[in-house]
Amino acid sequence: MEPMAIVSIFVLAVFVGFEVVSKVSSTLHTPLMSGANAIHGVILVGAIIVADHSTTNLELGLSVTAIILATINMVGGFVVTDRMLEMFKGNKK
Amino acid sequence: MSHTLYDLIGLAAGVAFILALKGLSHPKTARRGNLIGAFGASLATLVVFFHTNEDSSLPLNNLGWILGAIAIGLVIGVPAARKVQMTQMPQLVALFNGVGGGAAALVAIVEYLNLGDKATTAEVIFTVFTVIVGCVSFSGSIITFMKLQELMTTRPVIFPAGRFIIAATLVSVLGVGGWVVNSLGTTPLLILAGLSLLFGILFVLPVGGADVPIVISLLNAFTGLTVAASGYVLDSTLLIIAGTLVGASGTILTRLMAEAMGRSLFGTLFGAFTAKPQDAAAAGEERPVRSGSPDDVAILLNYARRVVIVPGFGLAVAQAQHTVRELADLMISKGIDVAYGIHPVAGRMPGHMNVLLAEANVPYDQLAEMDEVNPTFGQTDVAIVIGANDVVNPAAQTTPGCPIYGMPILEVNHAANIIFLKRSMRPGFAGIENELLYDPKTMLLFGDAKASLTKVVSALKAL
Repeated sequence: MEPMAIVSIFVLAVFVGFEVVSKVSSTLHTPLMSGANAIHGVILVGAIIVADHSTTNLELGLSVTAIILATINMVGGFVVTDRMLEMFKGNKK
Repeated sequence: MSHTLYDLIGLAAGVAFILALKGLSHPKTARRGNLIGAFGASLATLVVFFHTNEDSSLPLNNLGWILGAIAIGLVIGVPAARKVQMTQMPQLVALFNGVGGGAAALVAIVEYLNLGDKATTAEVIFTVFTVIVGCVSFSGSIITFMKLQELMTTRPVIFPAGRFIIAATLVSVLGVGGWVVNSLGTTPLLILAGLSLLFGILFVLPVGGADVPIVISLLNAFTGLTVAASGYVLDSTLLIIAGTLVGASGTILTRLMAEAMGRSLFGTLFGAFTAKPQDAAAAGEERPVRSGSPDDVAILLNYARRVVIVPGFGLAVAQAQHTVRELADLMISKGIDVAYGIHPVAGRMPGHMNVLLAEANVPYDQLAEMDEVNPTFGQTDVAIVIGANDVVNPAAQTTPGCPIYGMPILEVNHAANIIFLKRSMRPGFAGIENELLYDPKTMLLFGDAKASLTKVVSALKAL
């Protein structure tokens, strides 16, 4: 990819990231952190790509480990965040 | 699947992540936001199986291994997330973050081995970055997990010449990083990974208990950046977008948390470099405290007009959320004005206590935030502090130099009477003595919070 395109994507994503969470009450800090944590679990996609590229046993072993860890991060992260937020819901009435 | 379609779906997943973060920032949309994020992540994972590029054909190589590894991850991750006690949730988040960082570092290492001599200098630099930060995030998160799970001391761990060791480790990490960029060898990369793991441990050890949530949030932002960097190496726009979003929003969140706790972010981060060995506090000093019985407490409550309940982590540990609600309901039925004073960092993380009380169906309108409740302590007859300590410690306002100095507190010291429900005289998570325990208007009720509260409830019913 063009280096300039990458820099543009990066800079714009930084600003979007700053903007979307600039005002958030402390009540939601924990779920927000947990949700953001789950989003970076998308490294699973990267782990699958490198597993596909793997040619040696070492590479395959490392990428299989990466897939396991990334799946735990992604799926566990979304599930635990949902559990936290489910508890907030009942009280709003 | 064509390249364009694949990229478009990746873009859709990126948009889903932005909407997810946006949704998670507002109470009404938070749950939906999280589900949108989960949808985006699932979509991104699914399409990768149908994607072909110039050097690979469908189905993916090692497909069995890939599916098997995902299955193992699901079997470990889903039950852990579903069964965890809400009290232990902060350390689970820390652990999830750590394994994410570890995964990013492994991805970078595999791609580096795979590229071999074909790697461009830029790719090697991003690989080095991912390995360093991913390993720091991994080992640092494991240490925060151990601190929160109380598998190790929650106090800052400071050893002689610690800051020189830490600084020396950091210099070696950077030096070896440069070596990797120059020599492109496998051995230097593995040494780099080892040193980075060590640095992560040394970096988090000197952080005191109360600052641990800030560090988790920071490591979360770190992991985001490593995902972005590995996205560059793998030529994946989606990973760059998702990782950068988490890195940026995580940085802001870390700052917001530090502000809510009245901590200097700089002081927390560089505590490792500036911390001096502290003298052991004047330990073993016996001073008189006034302890009371459940009946004494019930009488005090019976004649009160306004009572503020200050719940802390001890309440959650004892699983006393439901009993405390029973006590509050009983007092309300006797015409007593009852409120819960919630410190922003009550529990182990900002917002943690709100989650725990919501679990016990405490009505939302009885929960008062710190700024609302503090001016009312002057008119409060009884403040009941249940398993909290640091968040009501006046030392935060009166003792410059103590580890929590400057942290906003719930000013229960202005109430006419203070009742502490405690298991023992052991200090709170930050490991500092609380003068309030020795105040003449304080009464201590020792024992498990749930058992004590149950006795108070029956004593109050009998009156």
